[in-house]
Amino acid sequence: MSTPESQLKEKQQVAVEAGKRLIATEEQTTYAKILDIGMKIGLIAIIVAFFLYAFGILSPKIPVTEVSKYWGMKSHDYLEAVNIQPGWSWLSMYKHGDFLNFFPIAFLAGLTIVCYVAIIPILIRKKDAIYAVLALLEVLVLLGAASGLLAAGGH
Amino acid sequence: MRVSRTIATAVIFFISLFILTTEPALASGISKSATSASSTQWWIWPVLLFIVTLVMGIVAVLAGVGGGVLFTPIIGGFFPFNMDFVRAAGLIVALSGSLAAGPGLLKKGMADLRLAIPVALIASSAAIVGAMIGLALPDNITQTTLGIAILAIVAIMLLAKKSEYPEVKKADSLSSALRITGIYHEAATGQDINWKIHRTPQSLITFIFIGIMAGMFGLGAGWANVPVLNLMMGAPLKVSVATSKFLLSITDTSAAWVYINKGAVIPMIIVPSVVGIMLGSFIGVRLLAKTKPSAIKIIVIALLAFSGLRALLKGIGIWT
Repeated sequence: MSTPESQLKEKQQVAVEAGKRLIATEEQTTYAKILDIGMKIGLIAIIVAFFLYAFGILSPKIPVTEVSKYWGMKSHDYLEAVNIQPGWSWLSMYKHGDFLNFFPIAFLAGLTIVCYVAIIPILIRKKDAIYAVLALLEVLVLLGAASGLLAAGGH
Repeated sequence: MRVSRTIATAVIFFISLFILTTEPALASGISKSATSASSTQWWIWPVLLFIVTLVMGIVAVLAGVGGGVLFTPIIGGFFPFNMDFVRAAGLIVALSGSLAAGPGLLKKGMADLRLAIPVALIASSAAIVGAMIGLALPDNITQTTLGIAILAIVAIMLLAKKSEYPEVKKADSLSSALRITGIYHEAATGQDINWKIHRTPQSLITFIFIGIMAGMFGLGAGWANVPVLNLMMGAPLKVSVATSKFLLSITDTSAAWVYINKGAVIPMIIVPSVVGIMLGSFIGVRLLAKTKPSAIKIIVIALLAFSGLRALLKGIGIWT
């Protein structure tokens, strides 16, 4: 297990190696790289998906002229009114322009999970057991939220 | 100059896109105007949303606040959208902003992953609870509590002090066990700043409340993260601001999933907001050197106070 001094040394070493006085650990750099690529893909995808929706290239499930009928409702009333199941039902509606937009939104919301999964092996290799466990717990919390299991009681 | 022209073109393009796209719908809407007034004007709201969030993005950068804290009270108070959709959009707006800023902050060593991981675990778990509470509450209660929360945030913004390099005489035992310490290069002075933190257990408890509020109101949480990281834990101001920005990408992710799973997502609200805020932030960064941030900050605080009051009065039925 690394000590605070060795950790600080590592940060300083990284800085010297970079030659730009950038100070970040290996796991932090890995996290940043994945986040950078994923964020760019997600933001481009969200604009493309909305373009396909707004231009009517992919027909929406709810016509754009009717969306305003629903946006003043509570979310569960809206789902009932348009006859859509909550949770991951949007996956099967990818042919509709409006629900295609859920994919990049879910991608952006899932990016943090990927980043955490990527740093766990680094933390284990560095024998940083506490942070490996904390990272694993975070993955479980986020997966629980994404699966809908942790929100089962909310309405 | 070239960048400004590109941005201006992008803005005009986006607005034109909306109007052009909706023209047939508008035309059919006009023909049916006798039967449905709302269908003739539906497109105004997404266009207005884009314009308002664009301005919000500019102002947020100039005032040094997160876009998320402005989004929910202003859009929730003055647009015809249900608070469920507004809060979900607020979280995704804050999430997108922090995802965009995160890589740079992490690579430069300004945001500290070691400091963020334990805090994020607590705050993101609490944000799930907050999101569930928010979705379960009736609209008037949500508006009332949001109004109170926003007015409290205004008070924090007015009263909270900041400390560039807080004095931490001795790291507490928990932060020592977790080895939360760091070093960053201060470009202004050319110094490498070594830092450590204290009061970790108390701060982690505070992050439970911050997480609940972030999830419940879809506010982002920079307004609370920074004072706790900086004043309570003793992290240097720049590390606190950067780590707070990065933290939002984790905290808001968990709450956003709750809203996504509950169907509180309408792309016609979310996408113009995300694009508007991000484009506005980009313009704001360009304008930063030419404006007086203190004057802008006063305007933002006044705007927040007004929005908070509006939410409160809307919630208790005085100003509906």
